Amino acid sequence: MPDLIDILIIIAKLGTILVVILSLAANLVLAERRMLAWIQDRQGPNRVGPQGLLQPLADLIKLVTKEDLRPAGADKWLFLLAPAMAAIPAMLTFAVVPFGSPVHLLGRVITLQVVDLNVGVLFFMALSSIAVYGITLGGWASNSKYALLGGIRGLAQLISYELVMGLSLVPVVMLTHSFSLNEIVAAQATVPFLLYQPLAFLLFFISLLAECKRTPFDIPEAESELVAGFHTEYSGLRFGLFFVGEYLNIIVLGGVAATFFLGGWHGPFLPPLVWFCAKVLAFCFVFIWTRGTLPRLRSDQLMHLCWKVLTPVALGNILCTGWWLTIKP
Amino acid sequence: MTTLFYLLALVAVISTLFCITERHPVHAVVYLVTSFFSLAVIFYLLRAPLVAVFEVIIYAGAIMVLFLFSIMMSRPEVTEVELHPGIRDWWPALLLGGVFLGAVGTLIISGPLLSPETANTGDIRAFSRLLFRKYGLAVEIVSLQLLFALVGALYLGRRRQ
Repeated sequence: MPDLIDILIIIAKLGTILVVILSLAANLVLAERRMLAWIQDRQGPNRVGPQGLLQPLADLIKLVTKEDLRPAGADKWLFLLAPAMAAIPAMLTFAVVPFGSPVHLLGRVITLQVVDLNVGVLFFMALSSIAVYGITLGGWASNSKYALLGGIRGLAQLISYELVMGLSLVPVVMLTHSFSLNEIVAAQATVPFLLYQPLAFLLFFISLLAECKRTPFDIPEAESELVAGFHTEYSGLRFGLFFVGEYLNIIVLGGVAATFFLGGWHGPFLPPLVWFCAKVLAFCFVFIWTRGTLPRLRSDQLMHLCWKVLTPVALGNILCTGWWLTIKP
Repeated sequence: MTTLFYLLALVAVISTLFCITERHPVHAVVYLVTSFFSLAVIFYLLRAPLVAVFEVIIYAGAIMVLFLFSIMMSRPEVTEVELHPGIRDWWPALLLGGVFLGAVGTLIISGPLLSPETANTGDIRAFSRLLFRKYGLAVEIVSLQLLFALVGALYLGRRRQ
């Protein structure tokens, strides 16, 4: 049985992760707006506080004080539950991500990871396959054409790109001989898998963009045709939950990508925690940069890219990795 | 641990019951997914994390999502047709239910098969060695069968010239 101190340590870890990720997500919204403004040669929000730093707080007050609308004919319980279903899987994924080397404190070894599952990769895949329900049921329960279309598009996109995501992780597992995220990080102590598997990294990154519903793949919420897609009918805090869920997803998937391909917390000179945060923030930056740069794909182009290009390439990559592992001395 | 098990078992049984009695297909899907989740946690408690994640990935994350997709695409109207099944409509249910009850009864009589302490199902290496070495041929045959089903569906769904 774990004693009281162990339980307290776990609760402390969970609380810290929750606070850090939520505040990071709120500030990422501001960072995105400022960076997009910078890319488009505008100023962006710079009125609230110095350089607009208090903008997330103002946004929060606005969302809390808004009326919580529910359209007539909406499915009551599913409409209320859907935003939570979208945000929770993103947060749960962080449970298996190791964010630093073990710390020695008062004669105890504290691992900087909530739980080291021996099926960590599959746990991540399971949670990303659950994330579909939030947007699909939200779109369906709204009883609106735009929301329903957005929900159906989101569902089709997420289940298609999940396949590519899973296939692009197979070479990583083949190289480590393990599904545990801790061992994947340990295997990259000297060389990150990015150098061994650049193609798998590219496929993984593209499917991450699609999983987050970010710009080249934001067809479920395409403003020009679907108003706001699956969250058209949401307002106030429930809309805020969908919105924050998207940014939580970016941060968490950035952490997962750093763990699988960039060596997790490994890095020279700086402390491990700093390296991990730097890698996650670098991913967030690239996500925003992509949004500011690329146009949106059409719905059919999106599916063709997934099934006719990315999936065969991912399968070929697995085959080549297998060959390489068998002929390697 | 035992309290948690009974709590989860209660959630699984109740949500499955609601899934059967619910008339609305989308609500039924949500109830069934809830049931799969509690089953997954029960598997985890039985020290079978691999089975637990497969339960979520395959059943909740793939099969039920496809169900939901087809329900949403077709938007079936909820029909309120009262059915009065006669005695003749009951026998498939009775047969399948009898087989299931018989199997469970045999398992109960024959005593505990494997205690969770000795059954080391959580080890992925042992599991995959068993699956691909010992039962490799069966796995290949099953995957070929899936391929046949796929080609058949493609044939049925193709556009007629």
